[in-house]
Amino acid sequence: MSKISFATVWLDGCSGCHMSFLDIDQRLIELAEKVDVVYSPLVDHKEFPLAVDVTLVEGAVSSDEDREKIINIRQKTKTLVSLGDCALTANVPSMRNPFLVKDVLDRAYMENVTINRQIPREGVPRLLPYSRPVHEVVSVDVFIPGCPPPADAIYFALCELLEGRMPDLTGKTRFGA
Amino acid sequence: MTPEELYQIAEEEQESLKRFHFRMFVCTAAGCLSSHGDSVLDALKKEIKEAGREEECLCKGVGCMGLCSEGPLVFVEPDGVLYGKVKVEDAKEIVESLGKEPVARLVCPIDLPFFTRQKKVVLENSGVIDPERIEDYIAHSGYEALVQALTEMTPAEVIDGVFKSGLRGRGGAGYPTGLKWSTVSKGVGGAKYVICNADEGDPGAFMDRSVLESDPHRVLEGMAIAAYAVGASQGYIYVRAEYPLAIKRLQTAIRQAERCGLLGNHICNTTFSFQINVRLGAGAFVCGEETALIASIEGKRGQPRPRPPYPAEEGLWGCPTLINNVETFANVPAIIRNGAEWFAAIGTEKSKGTKVFALAGRVKHTGLIEVPMGIPLRDIIFEIGGGIPDERNFKAVQTGGPSGGCIPKEHLDVPVDYDSLSQLGSIMGSGGMIVMDESSCMVDVARFFMEFCMTESCGKCVPCRVGTAQIHDFLQKIINGDAVPDDLEFLKKICDMVKETSLCGLGQTAPNPVLSTLRFFRDEYVNHIVNKECTAGACKVPAKQEVHS
Amino acid sequence: MNPSIRVKTFKIDDRDVSAREDETILAVARQNGIFIPSLCYMDGLTPIGACRLCMVEIKGSTKLFASCVTRVEEGIEVITNSKRLQKYRLRILEFLFSERNHICSVCVSNGHCELQSMADQLGLTHVRVPYRYPIQPVDATHERFVVDHNRCILCARCVRVCDEIEGAHTWDIMGRGVEARVITDLNKPWGESESCTNCSKCVHVCPTGALSEKGKSTAEMKKKQQFLPYLTWIREGRT
Ligand SMILES: Cc1cc2nc3c(=O)[nH]c(=O)nc-3n(C[C@H](O)[C@H](O)[C@H](O)COP(=O)(O)O)c2cc1C
Ligand code: SF4
Ligand code: SF4
Ligand code: FES
Repeated sequence: MSKISFATVWLDGCSGCHMSFLDIDQRLIELAEKVDVVYSPLVDHKEFPLAVDVTLVEGAVSSDEDREKIINIRQKTKTLVSLGDCALTANVPSMRNPFLVKDVLDRAYMENVTINRQIPREGVPRLLPYSRPVHEVVSVDVFIPGCPPPADAIYFALCELLEGRMPDLTGKTRFGA
Repeated sequence: MTPEELYQIAEEEQESLKRFHFRMFVCTAAGCLSSHGDSVLDALKKEIKEAGREEECLCKGVGCMGLCSEGPLVFVEPDGVLYGKVKVEDAKEIVESLGKEPVARLVCPIDLPFFTRQKKVVLENSGVIDPERIEDYIAHSGYEALVQALTEMTPAEVIDGVFKSGLRGRGGAGYPTGLKWSTVSKGVGGAKYVICNADEGDPGAFMDRSVLESDPHRVLEGMAIAAYAVGASQGYIYVRAEYPLAIKRLQTAIRQAERCGLLGNHICNTTFSFQINVRLGAGAFVCGEETALIASIEGKRGQPRPRPPYPAEEGLWGCPTLINNVETFANVPAIIRNGAEWFAAIGTEKSKGTKVFALAGRVKHTGLIEVPMGIPLRDIIFEIGGGIPDERNFKAVQTGGPSGGCIPKEHLDVPVDYDSLSQLGSIMGSGGMIVMDESSCMVDVARFFMEFCMTESCGKCVPCRVGTAQIHDFLQKIINGDAVPDDLEFLKKICDMVKETSLCGLGQTAPNPVLSTLRFFRDEYVNHIVNKECTAGACKVPAKQEVHS
Repeated sequence: MNPSIRVKTFKIDDRDVSAREDETILAVARQNGIFIPSLCYMDGLTPIGACRLCMVEIKGSTKLFASCVTRVEEGIEVITNSKRLQKYRLRILEFLFSERNHICSVCVSNGHCELQSMADQLGLTHVRVPYRYPIQPVDATHERFVVDHNRCILCARCVRVCDEIEGAHTWDIMGRGVEARVITDLNKPWGESESCTNCSKCVHVCPTGALSEKGKSTAEMKKKQQFLPYLTWIREGRT
């Protein structure tokens, strides 16, 4: 059986979901026998490959860079998995959403700052008006809630996907878990 | 008051009317008041006095004559001349012309279909009597029905009469009035109440207001007959505070009726007693819903509660309560006076009598009309309304306000009755009728009504509170050109869900304007979504604003 | 017990059940261990039928019925979990999550919230309607409690427990539609409320993190709701 190509990305998140993914511990080895990790912040690949079977996305879509990335990834991925609350609900990044981006930036970089007050503009992606869940930007196939989702839930979901089934995570994880 | 005394008042009043050779009626209902009908009345009175013709010419303020778009209106008898858009400066000329050639430049033709195609039952006295004088009402057979009911009929006979007449509620849902009365009459409990729903919250509707301003006694009489029939001794009229003139006239009317012994204790020397109090609503649309209205009268937050129990069983303060619309009550005196058969002969098989509509929007003649049930929609718009002005084409007519729908030109021949309208996804509603031509965008019309429902939702149940806001935002997204084709199916799904899961009529009907425009004008939605274009050219698709940092 | 009250028999999900005629479908389902989701309902408070999660079908009618406020009737056949009901319940939860700012991961009630666990039980993994992100205030003026409107689902449990059980009627609801908000006294800060007796009943009946005790951090606010059935039981015994 040829291996399944597998990728992970993080957008606007804290990388906690990736940590939780690593928490599946020795089962990673079993997984590695079935999948080929073709792209991930955890490994050294620069370009997202042209065709990937399964991609896990962590994080919300908060900047124009996030948006470009996820649109590109969607086009090249067969099964896109939203991993964790930030990807699912925009979660903590969305806490800025009731306010204008300008006010948020002012608050962070001007109001409470004493030295070198300035809003970074060069070399950083521009924030979108709202930090949004991934499925509001591109279509998503599988959702794994949790902040972060427990390692067992991630492992279960991946195993199901490898078996060609849609995972039913009811009772295994929840928003905020 | 005995029947004899009543007839005596009627006779005296009729006599005193006959003494005048000329009679001038000046509309002082809200529409004409806003164009200074009251100043015209004063000016005419002054001119008559100066001309020394007070003896031969009566000049009085009356209620709404219907053709509100031509106000202020003045009607002169016996010449049979109707003047429109009368100004204070015209008073002298009008008075001078009495008995001679009328003032041609002010004359409104009265052989228009606007007048001839109407059938007046509820509005029979509107524009004829002085709403602030009970004698005038009595002279026009007023309170005859009450006296007749009290002295000649048992409560069961009254209910039977209303039942046989086929009268259905005019407040929107069209529930058979006789059946409701009979339920309340059978209810057990210490007290019973009769409530008149005069909250009239539909945008653009002013039927109930006009009846209250033009013929308030009629509503009081209807309520008193109802109270006698169901065994209530206390009544409330729940009027929105935005109707100060209606409130004033109601209060005057109640005082006069009490003075004449037609309200209060031992009416007509019988054991029947009935008080009516006015309660003011603060203008929340949802307070027109019967259970919310009752909560509001009880001094609570105006929020609907689940039914059953229906108010007829457990209403105001837990007692059996009859709640009917203004127009429903206003039909009752005529039914008792002329008989159930007379009433049942008007209209269609399942929708009897007449219906008052506030005709508005893109028609030549706007105003208040009363038509027999079953009249084709086309006749209302093209004959009574005089068609579409400015050489434009008819597009749709909205009936039933925020709970109703839009009917397109393919269905113009539909008879106006409860069942036919609901088959088209609209409703009879309380009588709002807004005509639209090609310049109206149907998506925007749907958005307008949804915005109304969103802000008027009481916020109690989730589907209506959040659903109306979500639907509204979807419509706005479509108008802004940001929607994708899949959104339409999703929109329809949300509409169906809100309709089926909401607690009260507001939420259950709020999606109707969207669903009916989706049904008949889907292409306009698609045009906004696919081509980013408004078919009517009414919506400006704003430049996309992606980043607001 | 009132001897004139009759007993009715009917079916819930094809199971034969019996009930006093003054009982609701939801109550009877619970007695028989049949799960019907609910949020605004709370045993011991007057049901108001507001959240609409508990809706059920009755065979022979296309209408849906909120089971917390629908009395049983002889011979009816109740269906509690059709495809249509499942779809509508998910949508109701989606509406609630989209309405305000429910950020479970940083909420004082994380792990002890009825909205959150309902989402889990009904299998809601993501919200398909756009989030509304309103600006909602937090009132921390009370000496012991906090109200965070970001988490409120307007179930009116606090309003009812304060009025019906505590008798203070400190809470009420102001405004319409999505602008509706729970208020204390006549929209005074909670800390300035003259009617509040500091009894904490509202805090504990609140299904979410909207009402909490001061000093609780993320996931620390466990609600203790046992007092309510106890109080109603004692009271009913007396009357
Ligand atoms: C949201 C809502 C608003 C309503 N507003 C009115 C109103 O303004 N006037 C009215 O008479 N009925 C209104 N109704 C209908 C009343 O609930 C009630 O059915 C009616 O007053 C009964 O009178 P009827 O049988 O004479 O029609 C409304 C219903 C709903 C659901
Ligand atoms: S349907 Fe709307 S108006 Fe009616 S109870 Fe629900 S929220 Fe209130
Ligand atoms: S504060 Fe809590 S108990 Fe009160 S309405 Fe909001 S969610 Fe319900
Ligand atoms: S539990 Fe029945 S409507 Fe909320």
